[in-house]
Amino acid sequence: MNRLSALVFSALLTAGLFITGAEAAGDAKHPEAIDWSFKGLFGTYDRDSLRRGYKVYTEVCASCHSMNQLRFRNLSQPGGPEFTAPEVKAIAADFTVEDGPDDYGDMFDRPGLPKDGFVNPFPNVQAARAANGGAYPPDLSLITKARSGGPDYIYALLTGYEDPPAGMKMRDGLYYNPYMAGGKIAMAAPLLEELVEYTDGSAASVEQMSYDVVTFLNWAAEPELEERKQTGFMVLIYLTVFAGLLFFSMRRIWADKH
Amino acid sequence: MSGESTYQPNNGFTKWMDTRLPLLRLAHDSFVDYPTPKNLNYWWTFGGILTFCLVTQIITGIILAMHYTPHVDHAFNSVEHIMRNVNHGWLIRYIHANGASMFFLAVYIHIFRGMYYGSYKAPREVLWILGVIIYLLMMAAAFMGYVLPWGQMSLWGATVITNLFGAIPLVGDSIATWLWGGFSVDNPTLNRFFSLHYLIPFLIFGVVILHIWALHVPGNNNPVGISVKSEQDTVPFHPYYTVKDGFALVVFMILFSYFVFFAPNVLGHADNYIPANPLVTPAHIVPEWYLLPFYAILRAVPDKLGGVIAMVGAIFILFVLPWLDTSKIRSARYRPLFKQFFLIFVVNCLVLGYLGAMPAEGVYITLARICTIYYFAHFLIILPLLGLVEKPREIPESISASILPETAASPAE
Repeated sequence: MNRLSALVFSALLTAGLFITGAEAAGDAKHPEAIDWSFKGLFGTYDRDSLRRGYKVYTEVCASCHSMNQLRFRNLSQPGGPEFTAPEVKAIAADFTVEDGPDDYGDMFDRPGLPKDGFVNPFPNVQAARAANGGAYPPDLSLITKARSGGPDYIYALLTGYEDPPAGMKMRDGLYYNPYMAGGKIAMAAPLLEELVEYTDGSAASVEQMSYDVVTFLNWAAEPELEERKQTGFMVLIYLTVFAGLLFFSMRRIWADKH
Repeated sequence: MSGESTYQPNNGFTKWMDTRLPLLRLAHDSFVDYPTPKNLNYWWTFGGILTFCLVTQIITGIILAMHYTPHVDHAFNSVEHIMRNVNHGWLIRYIHANGASMFFLAVYIHIFRGMYYGSYKAPREVLWILGVIIYLLMMAAAFMGYVLPWGQMSLWGATVITNLFGAIPLVGDSIATWLWGGFSVDNPTLNRFFSLHYLIPFLIFGVVILHIWALHVPGNNNPVGISVKSEQDTVPFHPYYTVKDGFALVVFMILFSYFVFFAPNVLGHADNYIPANPLVTPAHIVPEWYLLPFYAILRAVPDKLGGVIAMVGAIFILFVLPWLDTSKIRSARYRPLFKQFFLIFVVNCLVLGYLGAMPAEGVYITLARICTIYYFAHFLIILPLLGLVEKPREIPESISASILPETAASPAE
């Protein structure tokens, strides 16, 4: 019975993982696993990479993609890019935010404050579509969680543009990317060598920029990641010790019954 | 099993209380001095684990409801608000979301254990039926809970499932419209699902009390499947099983914590982090992993109404399981043939789960049909026949004898 039990138990356990993993398959090319700094039991974000990634986002992605779940103040919170409070104030002040109505009932523009949300590149979905050949650039706040393959997929997409295979007809405004389901994507390759000028001396290769911006996007989707993994590690230690104590208590209590 | 109560109130207040509302006596008789077979293995710890899961879901759920907004325009953002702005909101939500998966993992082990050891057989049929009712309520609660974040899978999963009611002849469309509160899954649907999602756990709690009551009348089944014959066969629930259940629970919590802290989204679907959009249908609509076997059965039948009947039948057949199994022997330990068929049945269920996650086409649909037929054959053909043709192994005298055969041989000691 014990072997049977173990078999059934492990089968049940793996069923969930196995099944969720299996449905990710499709016609698209499978993204390669990247060695992210935030992977694994002790993963943390690389602050410099997050800051560079923020720069890539604001200078490149933000011209089309919104990040509605983020506020400027998030940029200074622990576990993120950790800009200083004055830095965040300065970043926010670079944006213009509509506020109001004032005492006369009029809306007015003012410089952004840390409490404000990231500013949308377009006033609404229709405007975004109109400016992008009918395709809506998705909000990036949760993008690494909202695509199967997560950060690996986004990285593969950003670095994976190539010429379409012979015989594939591309409509105007569509580009070939083997990682995209169907192979056609409405976003032109967004990153070119040296597109962004890094201030910390890093070389702005397409790979480096992709790594940085995906790190930033992953933080945007999972700002709690560092706290989560640190807490989780303590919880696991606590529970393991507790289980050990209970195990020996059990042995002692049951000693006279066996 | 429900013998004399051994409860002794030991101070003025408990004596006063005992003659008015003997709550402490009930608790003492149910969870302290309750005589429990002494040979229960770890498969029996999942009852306690399930109680823990239910309480965890209720507590985290009440807190989530304080911050959640059941409106199509705000639901998705309010969940993100919980994740980002509420203190430890991410922890509470991840416990709740993964807690549902852990709850089902535990309940499936609990159900399969009941099947393996024949825990549904006389005199425990009512206990089993109450368990199936809990399982049904759990599925309803889980399904509605998955709709609440109002992501793409929430909307489209709800659309697929509620559309099934449309398959009912004559009144189907009216029922679907009535369920939706409109002509598609929309704000009224989300709103009522939230209300029902909050209600159902308390219904489950009520049925759990009945389930425990129905357990404590005949007493626990046990791995050898023979009834308790003397006091030698039992130990008091406390401390023997409180410590054993406690140990198993903490080990279970380690697994639970692994998912919550290190893989919180592995059991979910990426599409549910995309806000619901009625104009865009996801490429593959799949339910949560714990409903996949039934989803496979639904899609295996080429006819919509037939599929719905098969899916509902797959669950409802559990209600009559006590009468489909013709064998008088409870435990599979003494049923060599049943043991083999049980294993095939479990594998068949897992394969159905896998097929439920695959697109309904080609070889997958053929396999799903074979597995669906086997699923029903297990209950309707194999179980009734096995009881008639199987030659059981020799059954021990008593529970004590099964553990310590040498003492049974020399009772004089």
